[in-house]
Amino acid sequence: MDLRKFSASRLAVMLSDGKISASELAELSIERINKIDSGLGAFVTVDESGIRSQALQADALLAADKNRSPLTGLPLAIKDNISTAGIRTTCASKMLADYVPPYSATVVEKLRKSGAVIAGKSNLDEFAMGSTTETSAWHITRNPWSYEHVPGGSSGGSAAAVAAGLVPLALGSDTGGSIRQPCSYCGLTGLKPTYGTVSRYGLIAYASSLDQIGPIARTSADCALVYTEIAGTDGRDSTSMIDNNGNFSRKLGKLKDDVMAAERANDFSGFSLAGKRIAVPKAFAGYELQQETAEALEQAIRVLEQAGAVISECELPLLEESIPAYYLIASAEASANLSRYDGVQYGYRTARSDYADLAEFYSLNRAEALGPEVRTRIMLGTFALSSGYYDAWYLKAQKVRRLIRSRYNEILTEYDFILGPTAPRTAPLLGVSLDDPLAMYLSDVFTVGANLTGLPALALPCGFDNSGLPIGLQLTGRAYADDELLRAGIAWQQQTEFHLALPSDKEAESAVAAQLSGVRGEVES
Amino acid sequence: MKSYETVIGLEVHVELSTRSKIFCSCPVSYGEEPNTKCCPVCMGLPGALPVLNREVVEYALRTCLAVNCDINKLTRFDRKNYFYPDLPKAYQISQLYEPIGRDGWLEIQAGDLDKRIRIHELHMEEDAGKLLHDPWDDQTLVDYNRCGVPLLEIVSEPDLRSAEEALIYLEKLRSILQFIDVSDCRMQEGSLRADVNVSVRPIGSEEFGTRTEMKNMNSFKAIGRAIEKESRRQIELIEEGGAIRQETRRWDENKDASFPMRSKEDAHDYRYFPDPDLTPVLISSDWIEKVREALPELPQDRRSRYILELGLAEYEADLMVSHPDLSNLFEETVKLTDKPRETASWIMGELLQLSKDKSCELAELEVEPKAFARIIIMTADGTINRITARKVLLAAIDEQVDPEEYIAKQGLAMISDTSLLEQTVAQVLADNPASVEDYRKGKTKVTGFLVGQSMRLLGGKADPQLLNKIVLVKLDNIVQN
Ligand SMILES: [Zn+2]
Repeated sequence: MDLRKFSASRLAVMLSDGKISASELAELSIERINKIDSGLGAFVTVDESGIRSQALQADALLAADKNRSPLTGLPLAIKDNISTAGIRTTCASKMLADYVPPYSATVVEKLRKSGAVIAGKSNLDEFAMGSTTETSAWHITRNPWSYEHVPGGSSGGSAAAVAAGLVPLALGSDTGGSIRQPCSYCGLTGLKPTYGTVSRYGLIAYASSLDQIGPIARTSADCALVYTEIAGTDGRDSTSMIDNNGNFSRKLGKLKDDVMAAERANDFSGFSLAGKRIAVPKAFAGYELQQETAEALEQAIRVLEQAGAVISECELPLLEESIPAYYLIASAEASANLSRYDGVQYGYRTARSDYADLAEFYSLNRAEALGPEVRTRIMLGTFALSSGYYDAWYLKAQKVRRLIRSRYNEILTEYDFILGPTAPRTAPLLGVSLDDPLAMYLSDVFTVGANLTGLPALALPCGFDNSGLPIGLQLTGRAYADDELLRAGIAWQQQTEFHLALPSDKEAESAVAAQLSGVRGEVES
Repeated sequence: MKSYETVIGLEVHVELSTRSKIFCSCPVSYGEEPNTKCCPVCMGLPGALPVLNREVVEYALRTCLAVNCDINKLTRFDRKNYFYPDLPKAYQISQLYEPIGRDGWLEIQAGDLDKRIRIHELHMEEDAGKLLHDPWDDQTLVDYNRCGVPLLEIVSEPDLRSAEEALIYLEKLRSILQFIDVSDCRMQEGSLRADVNVSVRPIGSEEFGTRTEMKNMNSFKAIGRAIEKESRRQIELIEEGGAIRQETRRWDENKDASFPMRSKEDAHDYRYFPDPDLTPVLISSDWIEKVREALPELPQDRRSRYILELGLAEYEADLMVSHPDLSNLFEETVKLTDKPRETASWIMGELLQLSKDKSCELAELEVEPKAFARIIIMTADGTINRITARKVLLAAIDEQVDPEEYIAKQGLAMISDTSLLEQTVAQVLADNPASVEDYRKGKTKVTGFLVGQSMRLLGGKADPQLLNKIVLVKLDNIVQN
């Protein structure tokens, strides 16, 4: 049985109907991981025995028919910056190579309670800083659609794991596009939820005011199943939303029920775009979009119109300013968030003993363990907060952020969604992005807005370029209306088939074969 | 030599006695096994997040009201960044931009003057851990138990002009904090510490001199001494034509001198910015009013009440309000004795002496108001004399005896039988003819000896005044005959 032929929602129905067991699903997942991940590099840590024991528990839940959720028995990859008690959590950094958290993130607790099977920890850019997963201290991750291309980042491991069919679902984290951009590059659906709807407790912080955990899956319906399970107020996160009267959780409950009922009936016609007002910012056209991306977007607009949506152009000022504002704020927060990695209590400690004082001890620990991209951002952030520069950089960036937020909110009083591309171009080749970091930063232009404003944004597949690489679009919705956004995504996927396309396994097989012959060569010589 | 005045500003850090820490649910405790009272949050583990303890805000509000601060109704926390092994996140969550209180003041009595010391601001923050050096293997170990213990920092304006004023201010502040029950202010446990800023300037000058700072001082004695020495050092340096360097100095109690810290330790840019993990704290007028209503009577109000209503002298009232436990003992006892001055004098006399004998603080003596009141009443009505009373008081404190039972059991009640007294005195006079002869010659001093002898025979259970009177009457009878 080929796991990739089924969406997570379909698998959930099959599990529920006893057509497949969680243990069988787990074996399929383990088999596929073992078959291709050595060449793909999606995972940092795979816990085979853990997968099997969780699957057995899930089967017991399914058999007892209680305390189960749509996720019960579904294998899931977790980005390696989300704390898992007893399982190494490295942030893809030498600094945390041996760090095993004593506690689990709230989302992990929720997933465990729901009976999901945590398959392992997926690769990322070091401390989630990067757009390609190439800054991981462990290894690169390849794009399942083309092994010469990056999967995007920073949640590249999670995206690659789902796109290659190692697992049907994954969690990523999104600070400036880190869920949506890899989804766009890998032909997947990913949600950056409204800030505060998913607890950050246990998410190893990059930029606290921007970070948000979210689902990565093949379809919007699948994302809905994960999101409805992980979202909600958390007393351990002060920035977590307050759900007055339980309205929010009721909306999520309804979404979950609607999705499961539609999947069971194989009829999603209840999800519609008719009458939805969608704004397309004129300013997006000013960016150098890859030609196929621009065309795919125009085609998408036609499809949306045919589905009954009303599309209009709108103004969106300050788009250009959003990139520097984002990088200043993110780096400033990161400079403080990452200061705790000093080698005193846990984490990497230098082997040298010839340091003169405490300051040099700290410097050695940090310089030896943190990669160049992380060091660059720490230095940028430290500078932005320095006395004498605080007003000119950090405070000004916050002002820009406020202006952007109020403009987005104005647009969203008139419109239901804002439509645009997720990324200006399809996945770049491995190795080229880090040579031109500024261009890499600029490519976040369409995604950082959702983080600066806290609004939810959904990346959806909308086409392929001439070399067969996926193209993605992005819908941004109103705060706390994540359910409406996901419903729109489901409706979009009723009109299109991009999410059904699968990358070929040929490259995966030849990559593993090449690797094996390389190993053999080493052994023989 | 010109005359100089010393200018002092104090930053007082006080540990709050809330049940749990400021951003997690670990208990606030002292003297526990290292690293047993901590969790992912206060140890700064990756991914852990702070959640503000409302009780801390409540305590801070109480303090703001007690020291007359304006309350910031939208207060916020900031990160103060610096590396040190006792600070596991490498930033301290503190308040810089929007502290909870601003522009307060405290009135102190310095000499004959009432003086208002302005308070610049009051803010909440978390404490750091403790470093312990193990000299055996030359290792420094970290105890995180104290990490996240709530602190208030109360920053004065540079309004203090001498070590004496600084100490009066500190004592006043300590007493307020104890009365409103936000801290036990045990200095030896580090729950009250002060950073001391000192500068000097020629008298009459409007401008401040360059100041130096001595950090983390935890004894009043050391603070007083350090101010005196530092101001003398600065004056001497200026007189020699030198210039004061703005620096942080370390006070060495053993050497009775301060020394500059290395400039590296001193050169901090804390890069404060609002902590994105915590949302601003909204303080409603309702909340403030509730706290105001529940605020206990402040020491200065009690002091005036003691003077105006209970007729205490100022110095007596001052002592009675020096600690809430003492003040409460006084009030409880007065309720039973209805003798405020008598009670105050017992506290200032007998209790003070007892605390000196036991070398402890007055407030640390565990005195039961009921027993204390009985002893005072029985002394006043002549059941026991003052010497016996002292004995009973000691037993009441050390063994928690019931005064009446104890007096009865030990047979300590005074002899009320006058004939027995007269008989005993007659006996003593008969046994000491030489003394009687001395008295006849005008050496009246001998009466003391004769009273003492009589008291000895009576086992110390006579009313000394009565005994004295009987001795005099009997001597005069003998002389006149
Ligand atoms: Zn704790």
